[in-house]
Amino acid sequence: MAPLVEMKNVSIAFGGVQAVDNVSISLNAGEVVGLLGHNGAGKSTLIKMLSGAYKMDSGEIFINGEKASITSPRDARDHNIETIYQTLALADNLDAASNLFLGREITNAFGFVDDDRMEAETRKIMARLNPNFKKLKEPVSALSGGQRQSVAIARAVYFNAKILIMDEPTAALGVHETAMVAELIQELKKQGLGIFLISHDTREMMELCDRVAVMKNGQMVGAERVEDVTEDDILSMIILGKNPKAAA
Amino acid sequence: MSDQTAHAPKTQTKRSFFQELELDTRLLGMIGAFILVALVFNIMTEGRFLTPRNIFNLTIQTVSVAIMATGMVFVIVTRHIDLSVGAVLATCSAFMAMSQVRWLPEMLELGHWAIPWITIVGGLIIGALIGAFNGWMIGYLSIPAFIVTLGGFLVWRNVGWYMTEGQTIGPLNETFKTFGGISGTLGGPVSWVVGIIAMIATVVLIFNSRRVKTKHGFNVKPMWAEVSLAAICVAAIAGFIGILTSYSVPERVVARDPSRFGCEVAEGCTPVYGLPISVLLLIAVAAAMTIIAQKTRLGRYIFATGGNPDAAELSGINTRMLTVKIFTLMGILCGLAALVASARLANHTNDIGTLDELRVIAAAVIGGTALSGGLGTIYGAILGALIMQSLQSGMAMVGVDAPLQNLVVGAVLVLAVFIDIQYRKRVGAK
Repeated sequence: MAPLVEMKNVSIAFGGVQAVDNVSISLNAGEVVGLLGHNGAGKSTLIKMLSGAYKMDSGEIFINGEKASITSPRDARDHNIETIYQTLALADNLDAASNLFLGREITNAFGFVDDDRMEAETRKIMARLNPNFKKLKEPVSALSGGQRQSVAIARAVYFNAKILIMDEPTAALGVHETAMVAELIQELKKQGLGIFLISHDTREMMELCDRVAVMKNGQMVGAERVEDVTEDDILSMIILGKNPKAAA
Repeated sequence: MSDQTAHAPKTQTKRSFFQELELDTRLLGMIGAFILVALVFNIMTEGRFLTPRNIFNLTIQTVSVAIMATGMVFVIVTRHIDLSVGAVLATCSAFMAMSQVRWLPEMLELGHWAIPWITIVGGLIIGALIGAFNGWMIGYLSIPAFIVTLGGFLVWRNVGWYMTEGQTIGPLNETFKTFGGISGTLGGPVSWVVGIIAMIATVVLIFNSRRVKTKHGFNVKPMWAEVSLAAICVAAIAGFIGILTSYSVPERVVARDPSRFGCEVAEGCTPVYGLPISVLLLIAVAAAMTIIAQKTRLGRYIFATGGNPDAAELSGINTRMLTVKIFTLMGILCGLAALVASARLANHTNDIGTLDELRVIAAAVIGGTALSGGLGTIYGAILGALIMQSLQSGMAMVGVDAPLQNLVVGAVLVLAVFIDIQYRKRVGAK
């Protein structure tokens, strides 16, 4: 069976800087793949080409074995790719429901946005994801980091994502909320989603991921199953940019 | 599960009267400020400020700036600015004046019924085109709105000048002038019909919203709060219509042309002005703009883009095209404002709309539109325009010297924004 996502020989440059250089990576259904690397290694850039935020210079993307052309966030959504960004990508001045449905508002027969129905739907999904979530009327700027993260996750889950991209989903969260996100990732994995996870926390990645891929200076150092490597192996891949297993 | 969250008992703290009404406290503050201004001037002018006649004049003087201010809300909410609205108004006005006085009478015939309508549609199209062009330069060429419209400020004022060779063009068409204010009013009975329709619409909207919310199982305000809110709105509409319909037409105006007021002879003919068509136009614009802001995707995207442009872009919103749409809308509203302003003055003059850009921006900002983006209301901008106009004409009535008038208006603008910032800090909104 073809992998859920396959990015082949993908490259992008900004000015003279080759941010991602001929990188290939794949993701299967029900799998969590972690992307590791220093700041500026090209993890976020790689993933932004999949989510449609950047247009790649060369390379190909296959979804379920079929070639996909992704040039805008809308294209990515059409392929059921949802992204939870590092910076959360919420409009602070709007409430949770407006954010959840941003770009995909429910409209009534007259073409007007149906706020009441969107709020009702938001209540339903929030009751499932974060039962403590009550501030539905307030702008999301009034919410805590964890609550904001639940809005961002709800947005991905509500629209039946098949492929989920999480860019440092726990960076702004406390211990309890981090555990909640970890639980959610396991839950989504069971439902058969493929998840790309970006993080700096090597230990966390070892726990959450099935495979980890390490990048350095825009190039792919290597992708390994977590059972096959130690934390030290990964660290040396991040720092030295060499795959010890390949060398061995 | 959702039912449980919906009906979960709220922490039962005692809420105040105003909290139960769920009214915007900012709005209340502005209405309070407006009433204060009106009362102070009324005392200083020994009761001349709050006469039906002055209130009538105040409303028709406010219309042109208020129409543009509603569009400026969208512009500022998306973190742009438009310094060219007064100049665009001048170009639209020049175009409309030339087409009804010079061009169309030659092409059709003098006094042809279609002249004013072709003129108005043409003026609105010109406004839309200028706005779209500005929006395209801002959205697609990434030139800052400040620069594009600063350039436009010089360009469009002088395009208007060039078109008319600097002449005052007039007298304007009679039908055209009915959009200006005093020469186009609905009279007593029709004004009341409009007022009653507005009252019914308000009550229906309030209770329909309640019905929908109950259907979804949301918390709603207590019934008495809904009823009081409806009663306040109905009373306000009745009061407004009542004041406008108690401004009777002076005898000499009736004597000049009794047929205009539906009388055979001037004897025993006591018509009232009632609701001006220009004010009706403003109300229609306000309603349309409020619906756009709150009930359409366009409005949602405008506010989302203002709150976080990156988030909007990543959510698949075409923010470039959105910019074009916003400025096109602004241009159309400049065209409408040009219609009202030139019709009120009965002529197109070269300096029409001078400094309007600043009045419009000030109205939007006093009305609570934040220059940092994402926040603003249509009714706030209109109220802001009304407060500015009240200050200006009130001071003129009291006999404050011209330089001092501008000084006060400038100081009020800065003070209003300062108070707004303090208020937002206190309530914790951004």
